[in-house]
Amino acid sequence: MKRSSWWLYTAGIAAYLFLYLPLVIVVVFSFNDSRLNAEWVGFTWHWYGVLFNDDQMIEAAWNSLLIGLVTSFISTVLGTLAGYAMYRYRLRLLPVLVLTPIAIPEILMGVSLLIFFVMINLTLGMVSIVLSHIAFCIGFVAIVVRSRLTGLDESLTEAARDLGATPWEAFRLVTLPLIMPGIVAGALMAFTLSIDDFVITFFTAGPDSVTLPLQIYSMIKIAVTPEVNAVSTLLMLLTLVLIVIATRLAPGAVRGE
Amino acid sequence: MSPRAQKWLISGPPLGYLLVFFAIPTFIMVLASFRYVGELGGLAPLVGSGTPDELAGLTLESYQRFFEDTIYLELFLKSFLYATVTTLLCLAVAYPLALMIARSDKRWRELLVLLVILPFWSNFLIRVYAWMIILGPQSGFARAVNGVLGTFGAEPIPLLFSPIAVIIGLVYVHLPFMVLPLYVNLEKHDPALLDAAQDLGAKAWQRFWRVTFPLSLPGVYAGAALVFIPALGIFAIPDILGGTDGILIGNVIKQQFLDARDWPFGSVLSMVLTVLAIGFAGLAAWVARRQRL
Repeated sequence: MKRSSWWLYTAGIAAYLFLYLPLVIVVVFSFNDSRLNAEWVGFTWHWYGVLFNDDQMIEAAWNSLLIGLVTSFISTVLGTLAGYAMYRYRLRLLPVLVLTPIAIPEILMGVSLLIFFVMINLTLGMVSIVLSHIAFCIGFVAIVVRSRLTGLDESLTEAARDLGATPWEAFRLVTLPLIMPGIVAGALMAFTLSIDDFVITFFTAGPDSVTLPLQIYSMIKIAVTPEVNAVSTLLMLLTLVLIVIATRLAPGAVRGE
Repeated sequence: MSPRAQKWLISGPPLGYLLVFFAIPTFIMVLASFRYVGELGGLAPLVGSGTPDELAGLTLESYQRFFEDTIYLELFLKSFLYATVTTLLCLAVAYPLALMIARSDKRWRELLVLLVILPFWSNFLIRVYAWMIILGPQSGFARAVNGVLGTFGAEPIPLLFSPIAVIIGLVYVHLPFMVLPLYVNLEKHDPALLDAAQDLGAKAWQRFWRVTFPLSLPGVYAGAALVFIPALGIFAIPDILGGTDGILIGNVIKQQFLDARDWPFGSVLSMVLTVLAIGFAGLAAWVARRQRL
């Protein structure tokens, strides 16, 4: 502590303000009794009422929820296998395929999947969105699961094997319960990433499969009202709850360690 | 079950999935960049009506178009400049923050790091939208800025739909990617090095520039790569916060695929972006490895 000079603290606190003030403003204006996000007029629940009567928004929310749940389930299974394989074996191709989607600009994955789906004659909609979301979520789950495995005591599995467990029994009864927090954290992460994704969804969605981010985008582009603030506030609340659960289960998972 | 079969059983499903939904689409995009445009836009079909040449043929037409008209190279250059400025500003904001966290009490570090990541987990569009509110013409911030400019006799400037807004949005969205690798690096520094430097008479700024900063370079490179590469291809931020002349290469790729429906040309632009992204990632890895020698 003694080394940190006052300017370091000033700059650090300023950085935190820079990170949080914009989000605070979004939340505050969701309760503002004015159509303009400019000046505080008075408190109201009005925009939440508008939000809950907005059929398009509610349909988009259901779509997002469904896509998020299916994506989370499948990418957790595939991502756990990938993370385990990367930990257990010396593989060359799998790590590249798992990590590249995370590293390249998202738009590249969006457009290549668009070409691919049109080429195989798959109608763009919920299915194409889920298939795309799984492709980019596998990597995040795999990283979380692998990091959990790296911290594992190898001798526990060996002990199980010495006591007569088959490799499958040793995995199911010893390894799996130990890495479970990592798997659950990975599942929550995949769910959040899917619910929040805009860029890849933008290219792989059809006219009948509007998700929450796509709906927010069209509102921002066409007519901004504080209803956007209200839906943003609820979405942030949901993410916050999921993050708290994830950090309880696997400290470090949220940081993508 | 043989160990070999076991290995395939475990790595097979994710490998197969990513081959089908990542590797093959990428490969098709490479092919698409050498194809013709279809009658109704998109790609020319492999079978159906059209001259045999258009059906089975490959062409360099789209690549020629890319190099003939300098506007696309200029857009790449512009995107490169925006990404560079974003990376430098992120570094300027993130460095003191990461240093403060690394030097704070151990009990608080975990929480302070979590606080940096938390906004990153909120929806990307919400974070961009927040700046739409802050920079909007009627916002308190915009009026304050223009008030200050007014006292100096300057004309009021629009903040929203300007390059400034795009840069702010880019920095805001990518900041955590710079803070984390810097923090991971700075946290490992041995405080004894700074004590030694102090004992040998180094002043505060000398201790920073000659001990802390050189040691943190791997973190700087990692952070720079994590900010620069995604920033290069972004389209939503210029789309929402930028003005009519604020488009970057990501916006043109989006236009080619969704509006102009010239997929071969869109694929060419995507290919160039891919090559740049992989090139910079490789460069960052190479520089980081050289530093360690």
